Amino acid sequence: MDVLESKRPSQPLEAVVIRFVGDSGDGMQLTGTQFSDTSAMFGNDIATFPNFPAEIRAPQGSLYGVSGYQVHIGSVQISTPGDDVDLLVAMNPAGLKTNLHAVKPGHTIIVDTDAFTQKNLDKAQYESNPLEDGSLANYRVIEVEMTSLTKEALKDVDGLDNKSITRTKNMFALGMVYWMYNRSMEHTIEFFNTKFKGRPEIVEANTKVLKTGYYFAETLELIPNAYTVSPAKMEPGTYRIIMGNKATAWGFLAAAEKSGMELFLGSYPITPASDILHELVKHGHFGVKSLQAEDEIAGISSAIGAAFAGDLAITTTSGPGLALKGEALGLAMMIELPLVVVNVQRGGPSTGLPTKTEQSDLLQAMYGRNGESPVIVIAASTPANCFRYAYLAAKLTLEHMTPVVLLSDGYIANGSAPWKICTVDEMPEINNHRFKSNGEEWHAYDRDPDSLARRWPIPGTPGMEHRVGGLEKHQVTGNVSYVPENHEYMTKIRAEKIKRVQNYIPELEPEFAQNGDLLVVGWGGTYGSLHSAVNHLAEEGIDTIGYAHFNYLNPLPKNTEELLKRYKKIVVCELNNGQFAKILRMHFDGYDIVQFNKIQGLPFGNTELMEKFKQLLK
Amino acid sequence: MEATADKKYTFRDFESDQEVRWCPGCDDYVILRSMQKALPEMGVKKEDVVFISGIGCSSRFPYYMDTFGMHGIHGRAPAIATGVKLANNDLSVWVITGDGDSMAIGGNHFIHVLRRNVDLNIVLFNNEIYGLTKGQFSPTSLVGQKTKSSPYGNTQPPFSPGELAIGAQARFFARIGGNTPKEMTQIFIDCHNFKGTSLVEVLQNCPIFNNGAFDQYTDKKVRADRQLFVEHGKPMIFGTNRDKGLILNGLKLEVVTIGENGITEEDILVHDAEEKDPTLHQMLVRMDYPMITGIIRRVKDLTFEERENAQREQVKKNSKFKKTSDLFYSGDVYQVI
Repeated sequence: MDVLESKRPSQPLEAVVIRFVGDSGDGMQLTGTQFSDTSAMFGNDIATFPNFPAEIRAPQGSLYGVSGYQVHIGSVQISTPGDDVDLLVAMNPAGLKTNLHAVKPGHTIIVDTDAFTQKNLDKAQYESNPLEDGSLANYRVIEVEMTSLTKEALKDVDGLDNKSITRTKNMFALGMVYWMYNRSMEHTIEFFNTKFKGRPEIVEANTKVLKTGYYFAETLELIPNAYTVSPAKMEPGTYRIIMGNKATAWGFLAAAEKSGMELFLGSYPITPASDILHELVKHGHFGVKSLQAEDEIAGISSAIGAAFAGDLAITTTSGPGLALKGEALGLAMMIELPLVVVNVQRGGPSTGLPTKTEQSDLLQAMYGRNGESPVIVIAASTPANCFRYAYLAAKLTLEHMTPVVLLSDGYIANGSAPWKICTVDEMPEINNHRFKSNGEEWHAYDRDPDSLARRWPIPGTPGMEHRVGGLEKHQVTGNVSYVPENHEYMTKIRAEKIKRVQNYIPELEPEFAQNGDLLVVGWGGTYGSLHSAVNHLAEEGIDTIGYAHFNYLNPLPKNTEELLKRYKKIVVCELNNGQFAKILRMHFDGYDIVQFNKIQGLPFGNTELMEKFKQLLK
Repeated sequence: MEATADKKYTFRDFESDQEVRWCPGCDDYVILRSMQKALPEMGVKKEDVVFISGIGCSSRFPYYMDTFGMHGIHGRAPAIATGVKLANNDLSVWVITGDGDSMAIGGNHFIHVLRRNVDLNIVLFNNEIYGLTKGQFSPTSLVGQKTKSSPYGNTQPPFSPGELAIGAQARFFARIGGNTPKEMTQIFIDCHNFKGTSLVEVLQNCPIFNNGAFDQYTDKKVRADRQLFVEHGKPMIFGTNRDKGLILNGLKLEVVTIGENGITEEDILVHDAEEKDPTLHQMLVRMDYPMITGIIRRVKDLTFEERENAQREQVKKNSKFKKTSDLFYSGDVYQVI
């Protein structure tokens, strides 16, 4: 399991470093100051760096004019202005060139594309446009025509000359960053009112552009890179920085190569899952077939068709999309085809908080279909292990002939972390149930005696013609059957098939204390926060606290109950109102299970977790 | 049973072992038998044929065909079939659907599959009623039609399947009466031979909930006078005496009589199914006297999978990534010792 946590408690997960750079006339100091003042009023600790140290000061020549402001914010004590930048706002090519080296790979750069003219590129000594030549491939680049949008926003404001208009574009950038980091615009608007007293047109212009930038980011559903933890101990090897969504996409690429099958993706764009689609459509060279469908239902339905015809089929979505896919997922379960549904969870219900993280689709993934409709549910827990769990989702679906729901969430999907590169040679074998009869009698619903997986004869195979469908089918022939006993038998065998997956997944091994007073339980994307908090307590000398993190949710690992028995008290920590706690209580009666829930669209903070655990240990 | 292309099939080879359970007298039987007779003429291997359906009476169809088949969920057959075809381009993929399935709950997939031009064949059983749910009005039911869910008459104006389809860029649209199996069989063969989405609307009589809905066009006694079976390159003539025809009068189609008012056979419009401009095809589709049957539109275009494959081949050719490991180790990687 990946070890992902910070050694120094002074660098909590929520800490983020933002740098604004542009021409000295671009108002970068003002922008930075406003952001840090607002953050301070928001209750964050901050450290700012208006004067860059030498290495990020503009070098000689035409790059001399670059001005910048760096701010490091966090919810607990910040001791330095930060080394590596999470978000760079570059108002021109020179700013980008002189500051790119400080940005963490995989992290975000917002650029004003209007400033990337040939003249400015020459001034910054760029031989080719970095926005076009692929040199920014390792970053998340958000291209915004900031100058044009600013002009457009101000076209109806009287009394402004062209220069005054252009000078407000820094407020566009500030508005965007405010939205990304959940900051209120109030303080800055008040500042305009005071600073430009007697010049109402300037107040109006700045306010309007600030709001335009804010709403622009909202419309784009821009998400900050959330996951900024560096590993403490790393195994030797070759690494790269990877975002969760990309790791998920690559896991499927690896599974397709290992299994020798073609990958089919049917998908409809939805925040925060679309990056998986964006990644997979790039890889036609590996034979990936991707269909951006007309809706969520067509996304999964086309994947079901591809699975019927023999592809490794997946569909990707987020909460509302999973709701739409429910009926089709039931069909895939009923006809027992391999299919992976990736749900990158976001704040719900309904449209909810599309850009915020939450773990509130667990029960939907487990039960959100008509009838008795069990499927395998697993969850990735770090940006890097999205690769592994995507791969394992493909393996499980192919080997057990039943759909798998893979849960990720906005936090790990958009977060970056070091990934020890893993090639298909190092990954476990993937088998499948492709079938061709050698003349013996066969039925499409003959089952493997151990896993209960059915056979998978695919179109194009002579003599294997057969029909499947959503109507209940006879237990042997697969033909439509309304026989009462048969329906009960089939319902139970579909449930038993999922239960038997327990025999193929690893048992859970708790970290830290192997028995004792308190077991911290988590699942999915909270691994980084929870592990870090328990680790701090362990470092403080508390040796009666253990930590169990679930990646397999349906079925649960075989030894789950045995594990719960070893601790006096169990606290289930989730970014929802207690869904996994419900599941544990349902399965295992008589344990002291308490909940720690946060439903703010935000990840857990170290401090709140440590306080809670200490209180429970008293 | 092992079947190969060398073996000449008969319709019996496409009968499954399942008992057919449609109501007695339903046109669905005609469609089933026409399909079973058409398949041996297509030169396609049995194992390469896939029928995908949605929900409704018509959608039981795949169970009765001894081919690969999937009885899917309501309205989604075009999406499922798209996945089948993209997974394996060599398959002959058929969508079986009804007016409720394709135009109400599945309307979105119906228009988008046509827009993309996936090489599928869609057989639309249009009976202007919901059968399986016992007699509610459908998106093709007529205004005023009394049904279980419109006891005082339907107030929702209907879709014309052909009009909707051509509006959604259908390259192939045919219409056929549910009681003309010989022509239907030939149209199914033509659907198979067409590269791209081919859609055939069958005017299918539901003897239980909407009996006689198409009698005014399809009844043997009136068929010749009320139906015009169009053929590409031939003048659009109909009538028991073959003396009626269509001409273009301004921007409208008009029925004329050959021999009256100086009209000769040369004045009659010649049907051009391959004209890209859909204007005239739309006018033909909308006519109710005569009801136009036959292949109304058949326009060549690249299929979706041809476009996709060409692009993928290009990407493959230009790519430096042969294996996933090439990708994983590309760009910024670093060593931890």
